[in-house]
Amino acid sequence: MVRRMFTCLLGVFLTMPAVWPVLAMQPAPQEEFKPFTGVPPEQQIPAAPLVIGAYAFFLLLMMFYLWTIWRRIGKVEADMRALERRTGGSK
Amino acid sequence: MKKAFVPLAIVTAAMFAYAPIGIGRVQLESTMLLVQKIFYFHFATWMALTAAICVCGIASLVYLFKGSALADWYGVASAELVVIFGVFGLFSGSLWGRKAWGVWWQWDPRVTMATMLVLVFLGYLMVRKYGGPGSEKLAAAMGIFGAATAPFVYKSTDWWRNIHPPTSVVRTLGEKFPAAWDLVLFCSVAFLLLFVVTLLARVRLEALRAELDRLYLAAEE
Repeated sequence: MVRRMFTCLLGVFLTMPAVWPVLAMQPAPQEEFKPFTGVPPEQQIPAAPLVIGAYAFFLLLMMFYLWTIWRRIGKVEADMRALERRTGGSK
Repeated sequence: MKKAFVPLAIVTAAMFAYAPIGIGRVQLESTMLLVQKIFYFHFATWMALTAAICVCGIASLVYLFKGSALADWYGVASAELVVIFGVFGLFSGSLWGRKAWGVWWQWDPRVTMATMLVLVFLGYLMVRKYGGPGSEKLAAAMGIFGAATAPFVYKSTDWWRNIHPPTSVVRTLGEKFPAAWDLVLFCSVAFLLLFVVTLLARVRLEALRAELDRLYLAAEE
């Protein structure tokens, strides 16, 4: 078992130098945004549903979240009113 | 705070009503073209998330060492907002990545670490909900560690070479693309205001819950 683990570890260490050139071939990350005018129409079409989807998702998510807060506050306030009625009635 | 809530909510709503107009009008970016327009809300949501993490971390520290109920309310409210903003940040990033990288998901260090961060805060909320008595303190510890991981998430794009653009993209934006920079600032302020408004509403819910518990105890006595 130990021997097999040692062989595996040795294999990993021996193949590591072969990985460096692969890593070095990675494209350089983009460093800046550049403004641009004049867009080819075929470039716009595939991106439009993604942009609209992102903004629509945000709108729906926030509306849902605000609705849950409003609903939870309403529930607690209703419980408070019910408790007040109950304790008021017992006095 | 109560007096400031309504004006803040109105200003936030007005800013969010204007934001799509501004985003529609702003110049396109040369490499990514239309899909880059996701950036204005994508970046702003991470700004709001950072604010939420800071509030949660500080509130958790105060709660853990001082036992302040108010700090606990702020902690749980901001943890919920970390999850909300995080879900949108990951979703919008995925849509952007579909066009920019050609895939819906990439196990890039920044994306993976951001997912882990959101999961930590999701864990915070689950501990609060299902942890039973004393779970507030456990969750506060999770809030502190969640906040401590945030700088690593931010610097991950600089430390590990990957597909996600580094932090310098935003730093050089004002110089290279001033119109976009103004809009980024506008959207960031809108998101920060949204964070404040939702945080106040959520803290009010916690305050009402505490008041209800107090009333139940008083009624039993």
